[in-house]
Amino acid sequence: MAMVCARIRLCFAAIALLILAAVAAPLAAQQPNSVDPNGSAVQEQQLLQQFKRIQGLGTIPDTKSYTIEQPQGREWREYHQVYLPWIGTIAMLGMIVLLAIFFMVRGMVRIRSGRSGVNIVRFNAFERFVHWMTATCFILMALTGLNITFGKVALLPLIGPSAFSSWSLAAKYIHDYLSFPFTLGVILIFFMWLGGNLPDRTDFNWLAKGGGIVGKDEPPAYRFNAGQKVIYWVVVLAGTAVAVTGYLLIFPFYGTGVGGMQLAQMIHGTVAVLFVAVMIAHVYIGTIGMEGAFEAMGSGTVDLNWAKEHHSLWLEEERARVGPNQMQRQPAATPAE
Amino acid sequence: MARMKFLCDADRCIECNACVTACKNENEVPWGINRRRVVTLNDGKPGERSVSMACMHCTDAPCAAVCPVNCFYTTADAVVLHSKDLCIGCGYCFYACPFGAPQYPRVGNFGSRGKMDKCTYCTGGPEPDNSAVQYAKYGADRLSQGKLPLCAEMCSTKSLLAGDGDIIAQIYKDRVAKRGYGSGAWGWQTAYRETIAT
Repeated sequence: MAMVCARIRLCFAAIALLILAAVAAPLAAQQPNSVDPNGSAVQEQQLLQQFKRIQGLGTIPDTKSYTIEQPQGREWREYHQVYLPWIGTIAMLGMIVLLAIFFMVRGMVRIRSGRSGVNIVRFNAFERFVHWMTATCFILMALTGLNITFGKVALLPLIGPSAFSSWSLAAKYIHDYLSFPFTLGVILIFFMWLGGNLPDRTDFNWLAKGGGIVGKDEPPAYRFNAGQKVIYWVVVLAGTAVAVTGYLLIFPFYGTGVGGMQLAQMIHGTVAVLFVAVMIAHVYIGTIGMEGAFEAMGSGTVDLNWAKEHHSLWLEEERARVGPNQMQRQPAATPAE
Repeated sequence: MARMKFLCDADRCIECNACVTACKNENEVPWGINRRRVVTLNDGKPGERSVSMACMHCTDAPCAAVCPVNCFYTTADAVVLHSKDLCIGCGYCFYACPFGAPQYPRVGNFGSRGKMDKCTYCTGGPEPDNSAVQYAKYGADRLSQGKLPLCAEMCSTKSLLAGDGDIIAQIYKDRVAKRGYGSGAWGWQTAYRETIAT
């Protein structure tokens, strides 16, 4: 009996095996002989060429970490380490050298007819406040910004790593926090002086005559001559550019990724060094470059003869508006009573 | 001296994230910072691969080049380290790094990121080896004890290799020769300007 049972079991097993083989045979025929797990595997070089970066999915909350490779940091490095220092050095040193040569050749632009002793208001207290607020921020931000690019070459060897880091940390905060009054200043400057800085016909004539600085006659100009209009638009446009790119860097990952921040830093740095170069020229002409110019932003008044020689059309406008008797007499020229 | 490198054999990585956890624990990495992470490429598609990525300790490291305060230095084992005392948290190393290694305690807090943190190859920082102050700032200093980074040491599939570049390259080459395929040494071209010919 046990023998029979065993035979039946064997039969069943054989039949089951046959059925299994019959079902499995077509399946096996569909499978390739060997599996190549690398057949469709992602390739690093292919991904880099296709997307410029390699990105995937991760399991930690920080989604920025899902990018594992972005080699364009190299181009940014090349720009930051090589191009930017050169652009900055050439622009700023070049400007200083040009101005030094110009000063030696031309000297200070004098008030030709001498001081009249009568003053006229050129910039009111609010205008001067906005100017000096923006200027103070600009100078401090220029120095602290240049420290980031040139500090480790120029200052680090002099004061040592520890002192340089302490200074640079403070400089970073100065740079970040002063951006707010600076940006406010640029906005105020834009609205405050927009009226006087729209290009008009006098500008062509002024430029053709070299502004009376290169040539001999001072061409007529309204409140702002073509040169000052250039400064105005440089401040407005470059100021806007550094403010926008700066805020992208201050608030990382609000609006941009790493690639955007690299680009923002490149624009920020380039515009900033050119901006500094232009402002060096602005400071020059406002101080040692021209007699009677600084007081316009200092006390807010200018000498009548200065106004006549540099802003004749503006003087006519002012006279028509306030009348000639409203002009201020300088205290020194006032007769003792 | 050896030239220390990392190599992730993506064909072996099973995305278990043990390297991530080991790193966090060994170094007591600050909250929110992951010195190492595992990223899956082509997730759920044929040919999907996972890569464990951290600081690759590049040759001619971009972070060190762009740092405005020169807080980076390279050890005799070619490990790229930095000083948290000198770091000013400007974020430049983060812009330059091809692997997203530098991270900061604060991301959007008005640019005041705090001191940068990144993988130290379990080598600590400039402070005396295995001192408490070194551990507090940078984490473990295993290399000075003759041990490799813990992430690679405890990789369950030995996908993540750490050690001398020539030795781990040879291990990888032998593996590829034996099994007949390999998706390459991820990041090597970018970090070391060389790949492993297989």
